[in-house]
Amino acid sequence: MIWKKTVIIVLGFSMMVMPLSEWTNVKPVHAFSNQVIQQGATGDDVIELQSRLQYLGFYNGEIDGVFGWGTYWAVRNFQSEFGLEIDGLVGQAVKDKLNKASNYDEGFVKEQIRQGNDFTYYGGVPKEQQSDQGQQGQQQGQQQENEVTEQPDEPTAVNVPSGYSQNDIQLMANAVYGEARGEPYVGQVAVAAVIINRVSSPSFPNSVSGVIFEPRAFTAVSDGQIWLTPNETAKEAVLDALNGWDPSGQAIYYFNPNTATSSWIWTRPQIKQIGKHVFCK
Amino acid sequence: MIRTIIIALLSITTIGAGVWGYKENQDKNAVLIQAENSYQRAFHELTYNMELLHDKIGASLAMNSRQQLSPQLAEIWKVTSEANSDVGQLPLTLMPFNKTEEFLSQIGDFAYRTAVRDLEKKPLSEDEVKKLEELHEYSREIKNELRKVQNVVLKDNLRWMDVQLALATNDEVGDNTIVNGFKTVEKTVDGFETTELGTGTGSSGPDKQYKFITGNEISEKQAKKIASRWLEDVDQSKLTMTSSGKGADVPTITGSFQDGEKNGYIDLTKKGGHPLTVMISRPVKESKISLHEASNEAKKYVKQLDVESLELVESSQYEKIGIFRFVHTKDDIRYYPDAMVVKVALDNGEVLGLSAREYFNFHNKRAINPPTLSEEEARSRVNPQLEIQEHRLAVIENDIKEEVLCYEFLTTMEGTTYRIFINATNGNEEKVETMKKSETKFNEEV
Repeated sequence: MIWKKTVIIVLGFSMMVMPLSEWTNVKPVHAFSNQVIQQGATGDDVIELQSRLQYLGFYNGEIDGVFGWGTYWAVRNFQSEFGLEIDGLVGQAVKDKLNKASNYDEGFVKEQIRQGNDFTYYGGVPKEQQSDQGQQGQQQGQQQENEVTEQPDEPTAVNVPSGYSQNDIQLMANAVYGEARGEPYVGQVAVAAVIINRVSSPSFPNSVSGVIFEPRAFTAVSDGQIWLTPNETAKEAVLDALNGWDPSGQAIYYFNPNTATSSWIWTRPQIKQIGKHVFCK
Repeated sequence: MIRTIIIALLSITTIGAGVWGYKENQDKNAVLIQAENSYQRAFHELTYNMELLHDKIGASLAMNSRQQLSPQLAEIWKVTSEANSDVGQLPLTLMPFNKTEEFLSQIGDFAYRTAVRDLEKKPLSEDEVKKLEELHEYSREIKNELRKVQNVVLKDNLRWMDVQLALATNDEVGDNTIVNGFKTVEKTVDGFETTELGTGTGSSGPDKQYKFITGNEISEKQAKKIASRWLEDVDQSKLTMTSSGKGADVPTITGSFQDGEKNGYIDLTKKGGHPLTVMISRPVKESKISLHEASNEAKKYVKQLDVESLELVESSQYEKIGIFRFVHTKDDIRYYPDAMVVKVALDNGEVLGLSAREYFNFHNKRAINPPTLSEEEARSRVNPQLEIQEHRLAVIENDIKEEVLCYEFLTTMEGTTYRIFINATNGNEEKVETMKKSETKFNEEV
């Protein structure tokens, strides 16, 4: 008697759980937020946009959450095919058409992104065939399993200023943090700008790493402070400098007048002082 | 009993400390030798490359056939870049040594430009041959000096680490053969610089910068007013104003303020009071508005500037900030050199910065000739494997720093977007760029 009861309870329980989990996984109708999406944007909306465009066969690139050139051309093709104004902007009209024409299985796409799989999302193709869980993918999946709670499904790519990589930015942030972490924000941008000015100057090496690691160029490199972990401010300062801000006035040298040992540096024509640093040509 | 124990303990610790100290010292020496060796390597390579450079220039002077000359010049170009990287690895930055690097990059430029030119149609001119002869002479002097220093270094076992230490600890280096040797080299190059290479290289000098700026000189009081207007109408009494020193490319007045977590900074040109750099920094919260809305804020912002029509050409989101790049457009022609950048916070759409240096440096009333090439003709010059998506006219600066009118084509091939500039006068392919702005995140643990 008691066996029967248990079996029934277990069965009932599993029946209750199973369809529920299925149901939460499949959420076919998911609406974009009501923001206009344009080139250069990143985030959830872009993931959905790319998935829907790929579902319809307009977009063949990676679903990475960054509205780059590939996505831009896909949007334009979609607009021309559906008789919309061709401007590469994703407004309400485009979203409505997309919603009508395609399915978006958010659960599937997000799951793939979370696990770091190589995947596609074409309509009419079984999903199992579109996810390539190679060995690496599986390993990554397992590794990331623990991190899922901390790291929600974010885009898997980021915008970078043209010509620079995330690692260059990191290296520069290290240098800026080591050199000027006590300085006001503007002073940090100026130090980053000096690095960039040196890269383009004929008197200095032609790469970020060359400039930073030139012997005796930066004290933070000589005394190892460059290997401290930079904070977000330093990173933002570097991004600003890479995007064109230069409060130093095209300086290629700077020094701290209180600690500078070389008398030669005082002979350089000075431009201005920001915080503790004097910037010069 | 206790005494023996204490004696034993003490002797053990003394011996232990001795052993540890010896080990430590050995480790330190190993590291020093490592560093010394990399300096030595850079130095010896530099002398070798200078010798090679001298030989190559000599050979190119002796050459008669044009077919041989181009590869030879390309070779010179390669050697200069190697020598340049050797200089970059020597511990000499704070000595006035960078003239040598500049000299090398100028030879490199000269060689590159003549090497890529079709020497059949446009052989070396009299002037250029003369320049080459001069280069030959200077490279000989530099090479000889370096060989002399090298000889002393090898004979007396001089160490670069000593130079490094001398430079680091005090300014007066005194009797140091290496430093003195390099100072002679530097002087040689200095003499060369005054004779002018005349290739019109990128270092255009301060007199050429910002020459198109218009307007009257502003007073400090006016500057304060303008600065406050740009910095969100901050109280003028909170602003600190300073003037730029004599090293500045263009005289500027700088205003800054600090107000709790917020601080602001602005560079205004003395002439005309144009804002070159505006920065407001504060902690930015979670992003609430879309990049598109932010772009409208940016557009509104640049309208305040008293400048001719600007067009938004590029926008990108960096987590909580949007960066927007504008260029000047007139008669449907984009002027890429006249650029400015606006930074917008995505939490509330506040404009956090403006960089208009490029705009004020380059913008002027240009006399651009209308294109002589038709769009169809330009189209036919684009690689047929590329699919042309968009086209327009644009003015860009080419690699010899001339402004040229071009047809700009945005094209795609196998999922990658390329931007091609075809000169609208002679049909040259001026520039080909791969449009890549995003990068896959690496496995990071944030």
